[in-house]
Amino acid sequence: MIIEFIQYSEIKDLSSLGRLRKLLKLAKDNKIVLLEGRLKPQEEAELIKMNMEEIDDEFKGIEFAIIDPSSENEAVWSKFRTKLVNVLLGYKPGFTIIGPASIIKEIKQDPHKIELLMKESEEKKKKGKK
Amino acid sequence: MQLFNIFKKFLRRLFNKKKHLKIGLYGPPNGGKTTLANRICQDWLGEDMGKVSNIAHETREIQIKEQIHIKSGSKELSFNLVDTPGIATKIDYEEFIKAGMKENEAKKRAKEATKGVIDAIKWLDNMDVVVVVLDSTKDPYTQVNLTIIGNLEARNIPVIIVANKIDLKKANIRRIEAAFPQYKVVGISAKYGDNIEEFYNALFEVA
Repeated sequence: MIIEFIQYSEIKDLSSLGRLRKLLKLAKDNKIVLLEGRLKPQEEAELIKMNMEEIDDEFKGIEFAIIDPSSENEAVWSKFRTKLVNVLLGYKPGFTIIGPASIIKEIKQDPHKIELLMKESEEKKKKGKK
Repeated sequence: MQLFNIFKKFLRRLFNKKKHLKIGLYGPPNGGKTTLANRICQDWLGEDMGKVSNIAHETREIQIKEQIHIKSGSKELSFNLVDTPGIATKIDYEEFIKAGMKENEAKKRAKEATKGVIDAIKWLDNMDVVVVVLDSTKDPYTQVNLTIIGNLEARNIPVIIVANKIDLKKANIRRIEAAFPQYKVVGISAKYGDNIEEFYNALFEVA
């Protein structure tokens, strides 16, 4: 299993579609992608659509999750200040995790943590049966 | 925040008055969207809308029931009801085989289901109000739920969250309320009609 970390600077010059295609291609290559920054809600929906178009007998789809460190309860001024600092420093808060459904069974998340549950490999299953 | 929401609703009503609203039922597979659609149609039209099944992705095409007129006291609402296929990020035909289907049938279902998900997402832009139907026995904090709700928020579409299957022992409405505190959550059993009046009242409020 390969986990590939992508810095936001690597994809920032790509179009929205280009970014999603790159992420999906990596997932189709059986890699788990850890992307710096989060996708916009519309990009998340677009990712699901593009992913559905790719599903066939071999590729079963993806699991993905977005970790957003910004708090709903944060005061308006504080949110504005954080956003301004992020824009000035070029920092993209949050992370996006994408991986093939053939490897990741489930991603459990809550606002504070994330758990990746992996699928048992076919070899292990066979061994277990013996 | 409350004042802002009231103002937003007022503006929407002022400039966006439509004769027939489109109310969409969205959510992950097997949350009970079609069961709720059937409940609404039985209550107000005396007929079913679609077929339900325990196997996921039974609804694979957008279903529309036009001109549903509901009344409660002095309140009235006319709308077209849109039942959508369950949104998922993975579809494995082998799961359908495990549920008892033949390989050809399972592959066909998987292909139709992928198209259904694409159509459901495309239809988001056509909705005036969306009812997100969640299974209250399951963890609501999934990326599919977050993506659906995030997209509705980004499009300024009013949302009601239905915590369905409250007739089951494992049902937990609080967990859904905690995951989406900014939305009205109505606990119902679409199958048995429990608390359905509260759901209709929520529709009058939001639409």
